[in-house]
Amino acid sequence: MAKRIVVDPITRIEGHLRIEAEIENGKIIDAYSSGTMVRGIELILQGRDPRDAWAFTERVCGVCTTVHALASVRCVENALDIKIPPNAELVRNLMFCALYMQDHVVHFYHLHALDWVDVVSALKADPKATSEIAQSISPWPKSSPKYFSGLQKRLTTFVESGQLGIFANGYWGHPAYKLPPEINLIGVAHYLEALEWQKEIVKIHAILGGKNPHPNYLVGGAPVSININEANALNMERLAYIQQLLQNAKTFIDQVYIPDLLAVAPYYLDWAGIGGGVSNYLSYGDLPTNGYADISSFKLPRGIILNRDLKNIVEIDPTDEEEIKEYITHSYYDYSDGDKAGKHPWKGETNLNYTGPKPPYDQLNVSSKYSWLKTPRWKNKAMEVGPLSRMLVAYAKGDEQVVELTNAVLKKLNAPVGALFSTLGRTAARGIESAVVANWALEFYDQLIANIKNGDSRMANMEKWEPETWPAEAKGVGLTEAPRGALAHWIVIKDKKIDNYQLVVPTTWNGSPRDADGQRSAFEESLIGTPVADPEQPLEIIRTIHSFDPCLACAVHLYDEKGTYVHKVETF
Amino acid sequence: MTEHSPTMWEEIKGQGYSRRDFLKFCAWTAAFLGLESSGIGKVVHAMETKTRLPVIWLHGQECTCCSESFIRTSHPIVGDIILDHISLDYTETLMAPSGHQAEKSLHDTMKKYKGEYILCVEGSIPLGDDGVYCCIGGKTMLQVFEEAASGAKAIIAWGNCATYGCVQSAKPNPTDATTVQKLVSGKPIINVPGCPPIAEVMAGTILHVLTFGRIPELDGQGRPKAFYSRRVHDTCYRRPNYDAGLFVETFDDENAKKGYCLYKVGCRGPVTYNACAINKWNNGVSYPIQSGHGCLGCSENDFWAHGPFYKHLASFPGFGIETTADDIGIALGAATAVGITAHAVSTNIKKRKEINKEVEISRIKNIEKEGGEKNG
Repeated sequence: MAKRIVVDPITRIEGHLRIEAEIENGKIIDAYSSGTMVRGIELILQGRDPRDAWAFTERVCGVCTTVHALASVRCVENALDIKIPPNAELVRNLMFCALYMQDHVVHFYHLHALDWVDVVSALKADPKATSEIAQSISPWPKSSPKYFSGLQKRLTTFVESGQLGIFANGYWGHPAYKLPPEINLIGVAHYLEALEWQKEIVKIHAILGGKNPHPNYLVGGAPVSININEANALNMERLAYIQQLLQNAKTFIDQVYIPDLLAVAPYYLDWAGIGGGVSNYLSYGDLPTNGYADISSFKLPRGIILNRDLKNIVEIDPTDEEEIKEYITHSYYDYSDGDKAGKHPWKGETNLNYTGPKPPYDQLNVSSKYSWLKTPRWKNKAMEVGPLSRMLVAYAKGDEQVVELTNAVLKKLNAPVGALFSTLGRTAARGIESAVVANWALEFYDQLIANIKNGDSRMANMEKWEPETWPAEAKGVGLTEAPRGALAHWIVIKDKKIDNYQLVVPTTWNGSPRDADGQRSAFEESLIGTPVADPEQPLEIIRTIHSFDPCLACAVHLYDEKGTYVHKVETF
Repeated sequence: MTEHSPTMWEEIKGQGYSRRDFLKFCAWTAAFLGLESSGIGKVVHAMETKTRLPVIWLHGQECTCCSESFIRTSHPIVGDIILDHISLDYTETLMAPSGHQAEKSLHDTMKKYKGEYILCVEGSIPLGDDGVYCCIGGKTMLQVFEEAASGAKAIIAWGNCATYGCVQSAKPNPTDATTVQKLVSGKPIINVPGCPPIAEVMAGTILHVLTFGRIPELDGQGRPKAFYSRRVHDTCYRRPNYDAGLFVETFDDENAKKGYCLYKVGCRGPVTYNACAINKWNNGVSYPIQSGHGCLGCSENDFWAHGPFYKHLASFPGFGIETTADDIGIALGAATAVGITAHAVSTNIKKRKEINKEVEISRIKNIEKEGGEKNG
């Protein structure tokens, strides 16, 4: 008989996620994914100035900071027909690339690695052998026996203190950990190095947007000005700073991230056959090279792959009200015309109706509503979004760098293309994407320099800045790709104010509950068939869930009456 | 990477004593404490390993920007903080275990270090509908928070969410998002606002507690004076432009390219207390104004209610150089005791006429447009 296990909280993600899974004979036969936190930002936006929306929506997520700001300024620009200057497009692209590199590296080392790397095993590693392995896979200079023995000593002192901090109660020694101690030690070393490195690349956001997390954006362009003969604007010192950071980032990704990925993956090739999930993949694409209106110019192409058929790329139209719809059959919301039909985001509604169990609870009532996430569908089909979807679409469309790198990775792992449709494939796609983005970022930098050299210093188009220039009514959609997948904002502007604002975000696609037809979304589907060696230590579940890089704060919508009381905790 | 902070043994060794001397010292200490000879080993171990400050970090309604900011700290770097200075026993963002094992980490620390651990809270706590808007492990955030707060030595409220409620508490506050300080009485609370707070300000707050053995001196709103005692406007490098009446009129205009003051395109620096212009962001690289955008006021209470962000402030509450013409005499009187600000006031008086004209026009506009919006 099936046994229900609950994993809540799923840690090492953004936000609050709960997984309930039915296990029979050591395998998952059914699964339920539930977002357990809501804030109601869409309702808060109503009636506000559309030019302010980026700041509100940017606060939807601090992990993939900037992506909501970008989707937001784009939806307003789309509604008001504003074309931004080429320099602003390049600045946005550079910020986009900086985020991808930081976010993917942090995901690999700090959110995902502990699913594969056994920290305690690293204590048993031979520093000399570790050094030999490290030097055989990469020219990265921090690889001497002394370096690894110093780190091991530090780790030993830490463990012997008895205060294991974030490593306490991990699944150490679990049979699903397969790496030799030496590779575990390399993993721990790079966990710490990546933690130190990631704070560097985001300095690009500080230069171009004033701060990170949550840099500043602007409807019509970018707020930072170019003036190569001025101390208070982007001049050669600021530009050289960006270039240096981009070069260092490329070095880190090429010499640390990618070699580690390729060193770890061969021990986990069984995960190329686990965690496949839904078989449809959606990418809105991004990184325009000829203005955002020219979709064919995107470095990350737009399109949909159905049934894993890489020969056909299906077009997507986010303004077609018959294509993308959100359902609430299993979500804690009400629609004014009933729970069955879906709604296109321009007509979206966000009315709370919590019908879950009263906390504290042990299990959700999964036969009715069980999540704060709505359930988006494209023509009634469940879609996976994220690096795997983007790389598959780019691969299918024949992007040279993506094809070359993907084939090289598959060759190294001696795996067919079909291996990509898996937990391991998702994790590999993220690495491949980081490597190509590191290259593209340097191209964008060169283009920015070329523009400035040609005398173009424009950074913002302010022609339609004043609300007096706007039509009485307008609607727009802003698309982008968050590191964890396709992201879109839909806006309706009336009388110079926001009339409706809806977000459909990556983790809503991936982590949503079942739809009206009972179809599972990506998280739930990907868990079916996953082996679980020890239900008390559900390492395998978090491996697959982490491979999606969930981000829950984005994924929820809500409205309710304001409460009135203030509750005092008596602490003495 | 820097070395971890020295243990008692390392310190003794550093002073030239031998291991034998150290063990004798431990035996003497054990005897002094009345321990059996078997207790010597424990003393040796304790002196070799020194307890790190246990920290529980809860996540409520938030976007994780505070955790992201925290890991950006440059001095010290975050790896050193979590390996050498604190024992970060529970944080959903970084901890290895999930589910029951994660909850075990939380409960172990609450039990073992009752009254000794620091509770950090990122995010607000929703009270609407009995707290169902944020659940962790089947409990409401309120239940988890109550339990963790009761045994904490002190509480750090990270960011604008935990301090003031931030974006989810903006009108109409759909989930009744509530702050730490509204829920707790009888515990020291350190408010570290900002969306997010500056990385080094977060690290600095923790290090202050560890280094000086007490919480930093706080202002009337519970914020460390070390980081929140100065207005961005008063510490801004573009301030001379304000005093000279040189303003950006619209983004990317000629004045923007010269780095003039952003006051007229909505900068909230004059009403915002934070260290942005002093410590700057991401290890001193820049801050919003330096990169061409006005301050949003993200470390202030209810800053979301003070939009639209690009409409400039009509007047500043409290004492300030931008007090309206009628008040400026009073302000000057008060300012003589404040030194540096008084100077700023007097330099600005020369430009007062032009500025006031602008200010008055926009104030009337604001009143016309906003109506009763601020009362929400």
